[in-house]
Amino acid sequence: MNGAALFGLCGAALVGIGIYGLIVNPQPLRKILSFNLIGSGVFLLFGVVARRGAALGMGGDPVPQALVITGIVVAFSATALAVALLLRLQETGGSATLVPPESAGPSDAS
Amino acid sequence: MNMALLVDGSLVVLILAVAIWTIAVRDSFAAVVGYAIYGLMLALAWVRLAAIDAALTEAAIGGGLTGVLLIRAAVRLRPTESVVAGEMPGRFVKALAAVLAGTVSAALAVVVLSLPVPAPTLAPQVAEHIASTGLGNAVTAVLLSFRATDTLLEAVVLVFALIAVWSLAPDHFWGGRPGLRYDLEANGMLAYLARLLPPLGIIVAIYVFWVGADLPGGKFQAGTLLAAMWLLTIMAGLNDAPPVSRGWLRVALVAGSMVFLAIGFAGVPLAGAFLAYPEGYAKPLILIIEAASMLSIAVTLALLVLGPPERGAQP
Repeated sequence: MNGAALFGLCGAALVGIGIYGLIVNPQPLRKILSFNLIGSGVFLLFGVVARRGAALGMGGDPVPQALVITGIVVAFSATALAVALLLRLQETGGSATLVPPESAGPSDAS
Repeated sequence: MNMALLVDGSLVVLILAVAIWTIAVRDSFAAVVGYAIYGLMLALAWVRLAAIDAALTEAAIGGGLTGVLLIRAAVRLRPTESVVAGEMPGRFVKALAAVLAGTVSAALAVVVLSLPVPAPTLAPQVAEHIASTGLGNAVTAVLLSFRATDTLLEAVVLVFALIAVWSLAPDHFWGGRPGLRYDLEANGMLAYLARLLPPLGIIVAIYVFWVGADLPGGKFQAGTLLAAMWLLTIMAGLNDAPPVSRGWLRVALVAGSMVFLAIGFAGVPLAGAFLAYPEGYAKPLILIIEAASMLSIAVTLALLVLGPPERGAQP
């Protein structure tokens, strides 16, 4: 096994850890965090694919590397939007919970 | 076992340990601090994968800026934290989540271990055409020339995200200043750092931007550094966030995309395709796009961290 494969397995594990956290953690902020873990795991897989494509004196295939840079910036903007939505939810609802206030039956029947 | 594999293995163990900690720890504040550390460790992994450009971006944005954003949010969410934390799902859901997560990880691991040999790569094509861009950094060449459309759309996505964040402002604060006012503690450590670091940070940012043509670096990393320096002066109370209705601010936000688009459309008559650069002018045009984008990225990232307007335009 080489270093790149090791980081590939790390990326695979990170996606799993993120999925578990996304489902189990009740706080929305922790869900955003978990989602970022999934994202960074996927980026790391990209990095491994890039590293394996090393050729002609380049340490890795520059195309997936460039895509990852774009991805990190877009992931940040999505995180910022999610956090803004969350803070607004707390402001209007009094608490940042995802559990609906009335857990009675479906209201769309009426 | 050789030394390099030992280093990589230790790094992987550390990354996974911090990742599990951010999921498992009870206190959300501790979790987001853990996430910032995780971002820095991940940057080391990028270095080990010979992707220095990605490492710089991950350290600056994944560790730094996302860390600041989440820590600010964790502090504001703290009063209601204990209520929400009580809504933990039952043991059955947890077990099901663990099975799902394990399955996805195992499937990805199988894919990683069975990647094709020899690995497909676009490096030879990049090496063949990089001379036409006049750049030495292959990643910058991909970002600004071969895949320039992606980079253009990404710049637009950033502005859209900011518009979406701003649109969460209550009506009566529209056009006001984002975030709460930070009080200046004149002799505090933060104010001291906010006076000391920005001159250095700006010089480093300009350096990172300038060498980005030939060495690892570029507009994203430089723009993030500039954003961090601006945020530092705002959070220390030395400087107030500008009202979002300011004309110069709106111009600064879209300048990068507008310059990018203008040069892109100029390529249609001059070089025969959208975003094609006329022969011999590729490098200066790329530098102009990068300079304008760096400023726009810096302003956009900082404002994304600060959030929607929460008070009037008056200081």
